[in-house]
Amino acid sequence: MSIKIFVPIDSTALSLGANEVAEAISKEAQAKKLDIQIIRNSSRGLFWLETLVELETPQGRIGFGPITPSDVKSLFDADFINGGKHPLALGLVGEIDWLKKQERLTFVRMGITEPANIDQYMAHDGFQGLKNALNLKPEAIVETITASGLRGRGGAAFPTGIKWKTVLDTKATQKYIVCNADEGDSGTYSDRMIMEGDPFVLIEGMIIAGLAVGATQGYIYLRSEYPHALKTLNEAIRQATKIGYLGEDILKSGKSFHLEVRRAAGAYICGEETSMLESLEGKRGLVRFKPPLPAIEGLFGKPTVVNNVISLATVPIILAKGAKYYQDFGMGKSRGTLPIQLAGNLKRTGLVEKAFGITLRELLYDFGGGSLSGKPIKAVQVGGPLGAYLPESQFDTPLDYEKFSEIWAVLGHGGIVAFDETVNMAKMARYAFDFCAIESCGKCTPCRIGSTRGVEVIDHIMQGHDVKKHVALIRDLSDTMLNGSLCALGGMTPYPVLSALNHFPKDFGVDAKEPKA
Amino acid sequence: MPGALLPLLHAIQDDIGYVPELAYPLIAKALSLSVAEVHGVVTFYHHFRTHQPGRHILQVCRAESCQAMGSDALEIHIKNKLGVEFHETTPDGTFTLEPIYCLGNCACSPSVMINEEVYGRVDNKKIDQLISDLKSTS
Ligand SMILES: Cc1cc2nc3c(=O)[nH]c(=O)nc-3n(C[C@H](O)[C@H](O)[C@H](O)COP(=O)(O)O)c2cc1C
Ligand code: SF4
Ligand code: FES
Repeated sequence: MSIKIFVPIDSTALSLGANEVAEAISKEAQAKKLDIQIIRNSSRGLFWLETLVELETPQGRIGFGPITPSDVKSLFDADFINGGKHPLALGLVGEIDWLKKQERLTFVRMGITEPANIDQYMAHDGFQGLKNALNLKPEAIVETITASGLRGRGGAAFPTGIKWKTVLDTKATQKYIVCNADEGDSGTYSDRMIMEGDPFVLIEGMIIAGLAVGATQGYIYLRSEYPHALKTLNEAIRQATKIGYLGEDILKSGKSFHLEVRRAAGAYICGEETSMLESLEGKRGLVRFKPPLPAIEGLFGKPTVVNNVISLATVPIILAKGAKYYQDFGMGKSRGTLPIQLAGNLKRTGLVEKAFGITLRELLYDFGGGSLSGKPIKAVQVGGPLGAYLPESQFDTPLDYEKFSEIWAVLGHGGIVAFDETVNMAKMARYAFDFCAIESCGKCTPCRIGSTRGVEVIDHIMQGHDVKKHVALIRDLSDTMLNGSLCALGGMTPYPVLSALNHFPKDFGVDAKEPKA
Repeated sequence: MPGALLPLLHAIQDDIGYVPELAYPLIAKALSLSVAEVHGVVTFYHHFRTHQPGRHILQVCRAESCQAMGSDALEIHIKNKLGVEFHETTPDGTFTLEPIYCLGNCACSPSVMINEEVYGRVDNKKIDQLISDLKSTS
């Protein structure tokens, strides 16, 4: 029997040479006449160890990493296949502390299965949630999601069950499920990992959502920056349709659900749900006034569930194991687990799925291992480009939507970007305004004009012109944007700007004793 | 197909690398839109180009995680090396340089994307190698 060797096909692994590693392994094995089978699995999300090569043994999978193409020869020279010692050996992968300390619910299959292989998905408990859902009335599915405490993982943390209930209760000839796969935030990649690594879990979640609210058509609005996810999703949809999990008469239940991927086109604002609906309708992605809510008048004017990839990919396990199982994880009103993405200047970056309640410090140091540069971590941005910058004094804040609100910060999509002491926070505040200016949809003045003015004012501050006056101007401008913007792009740009100013005033050339906003 | 404009624009750009203005009236007619509407959509989205790009598209991530790992310096190095600014094409038509705001490869910043393939932990040496490899294969 051939020996199984796993080489991830996730695009971060590919970005570090995973294809070349797989090729080198295949060549070496041929040269040595070894009977091996290379399996392209998804990534475990231990990105500092990518390319993480795994070998199947009777004891379990043994890991080697990080492996570069040039390490492959030495692996074979050490006879790693027969238990030979190698300096990059990691032992049993499942026993790696970093992985063992996690609570993987949404990401259970990550790194284990082949992404677009429906048989493997089913062999690893896939479609259990859907099978349960098919025996439930729509109201009962919605009730299960409500009882689980699941809140939207895309940013706003709105209770998913309530959103679904609104769509369920709205009478219409057609309803839609739209998956928000725009993942525009810097420091975030968990949506990408799901779509590239375990696409069926998202598909299953969307079918369940369709059953729950009575929608027969779904769209995945996928950012154009993710070409690999596009291929994997389309292949997964093809397979699921072929065996009757998608399309007409799902599993002979009389219910149908159709699914299509639509490509976005590089506009951050199209992650905002109403702007996304405009884009799906083929228009410019201008934000719509709310109300009406998309749940009542959404895509093509019909009731529409808009949910993030992770929210939808979490639905199957809730339906498979029950609301209580899920709800038992977490703290306060933040229930379940959050796939946290460690990024930026950290030694060990990657995906950590943990119940809410873990602190930032644990994530940065226990998991992240501190900065990669070895210099002290000065600031951490949580929740993407609209998230606040947190100083060391706030690292003990537990991950919990409400606790973050208390310190005027957000969890967003769970992206954590660490900066070492070389960062200049005035520069980061300038970038926040600049990003808002580049990505503004242009519908309202505070955002469209305010962001451009913000860049100019920070330029004055950075050049030391009349700093006090200009800092006051920034606070004023931020106030206008906070209160006068139609959506969170303009409305939250003050978070990174003011948090930088409040926590790191020296970088702006002002005294710490300035009044806070 | 409802909302067909974006898929159509993608198809055109995938095929010939950009969406020529000459095509607007045809698209408008096919989808019962005005030419101005087509123009408005094409120009709203960063992904769509209105001019023929170079043979290779080099996109440099400018977002926060990449900045935390030195993308600013990398960006300057690339601009100097190619002798172009963002949205420009090298005179020999080999490279078009574009900014991009997060490739979802933030665990291995800084990142660039070349012809839809992502490269992580890119430093000056690595990008020089990638650029010279591409020059020789074109
Ligand atoms: C400027 C802006 C960008 C956003 N980008 C995203 C995104 O990329 N992905 C996402 O799921 N939600 C994004 N959101 C949040 C969505 O508007 C919406 O709240 C979310 O998709 C709802 O799904 P959920 O309830 O499952 O989180 C964004 C919001 C704003 C204001
Ligand atoms: S805040 Fe900015 S992005 Fe949001 S609606 Fe106003 S102009 Fe558009
Ligand atoms: S910030 Fe550059 S890849 Fe995400």
